[in-house]
Amino acid sequence: MELGLMQRRLEDYTKSLFMEGLLDAQFLQLQQLQDESNPGFVGEVVSLFFDDSEKLLNELTSAMDQQIVDFRKVDSYVHQFKGSSSSIGAQRIKNVCILFRNYIEEQNIEACLRCLQQVKQEYYHVKSKLETLFRLEQQVLAAGGSIPAIEVTSF
Amino acid sequence: MAAAGAVLRQKLPGNMDICGRSGKGSPEFHVLAVDDSLVDRKVIEKLLRSLSCKVTVVESGSRALQFLGLDGEDSSVGFDALPVNLIMTDYSMPGMTGYELLKKIKGSSAFREIPVVIMSSERILARINRCLEEGAEEFLSKPVKLSDVERLTRYLLRGEADQVSEFRKRKLPKTCDLEFSFPSSPLSNDSDSSSSSRSSSPLPKRCKSV
Repeated sequence: MELGLMQRRLEDYTKSLFMEGLLDAQFLQLQQLQDESNPGFVGEVVSLFFDDSEKLLNELTSAMDQQIVDFRKVDSYVHQFKGSSSSIGAQRIKNVCILFRNYIEEQNIEACLRCLQQVKQEYYHVKSKLETLFRLEQQVLAAGGSIPAIEVTSF
Repeated sequence: MAAAGAVLRQKLPGNMDICGRSGKGSPEFHVLAVDDSLVDRKVIEKLLRSLSCKVTVVESGSRALQFLGLDGEDSSVGFDALPVNLIMTDYSMPGMTGYELLKKIKGSSAFREIPVVIMSSERILARINRCLEEGAEEFLSKPVKLSDVERLTRYLLRGEADQVSEFRKRKLPKTCDLEFSFPSSPLSNDSDSSSSSRSSSPLPKRCKSV
């Protein structure tokens, strides 16, 4: 595929992630920090996020699976997940976590279980999208191109 | 954010070298960052490095005290290490909270003059006030942005005592100028926290934003 086309595809794909509300300005902040001295920065942070999240989701699932749910523990995990997702700009995960914490406060197990499902779905969704994004970026870089800067219209 | 158009990725201006004084012979600004989240440690470290600061990142309050030599152990690590000019700590950490760390630092004759900044994803007024009263320089909302850190290091480096004490008198963190940041405030629409250390009212007039 011709480089210009690849860059265009990357640009469109990136835009779509923001338009779907999957990513927010914090992700842009990370991209802004990436430079020649550390060209893999965003990928590294996101990779840490993936590892961290898998662990958290396992702990969360296990905690919710107990006969007697320890809501303080569950809250601590969700708080952590909210924090890390917010730090990389994974807006939808963050929003589900906020909702989740409300239900934890109410000690509403049914609603909490639904949130757990939802947060997992959102996580795997954004993971898949980000992996695609990085693949597209790699393709552009491998073809000797640079990641195109895109224009801000409105948020 | 749902109605987002396209996105601008700006490069940092070439002169964004707030902390480093390369070529001028002055020491570099050394920041000790404390956070139990691996992701956040990586981000804060990069934020600070991008401003040419020296950074030491640790995962807990007790590690921070260890680094400073305040842990009661007879280690001389503190003396050999580069002096710390600023401590940035997360509030919610297992074991010792950021607030508890703040108290220990302010309670130490050797380190009480080091400015301490608290970072938190939760904007609880009582918490903010408690930290400011205990001597925290500022309370930053997470996720921390480059503009927050840049503003912070800029005024701390100026070393104007008046500036610093004026700030401490305020109960709420001051608004910031958004010169270098993306228009993130309008995007923050979650219920419990907004963007950085601004008041909780709708975007203040002092902020220059889009």
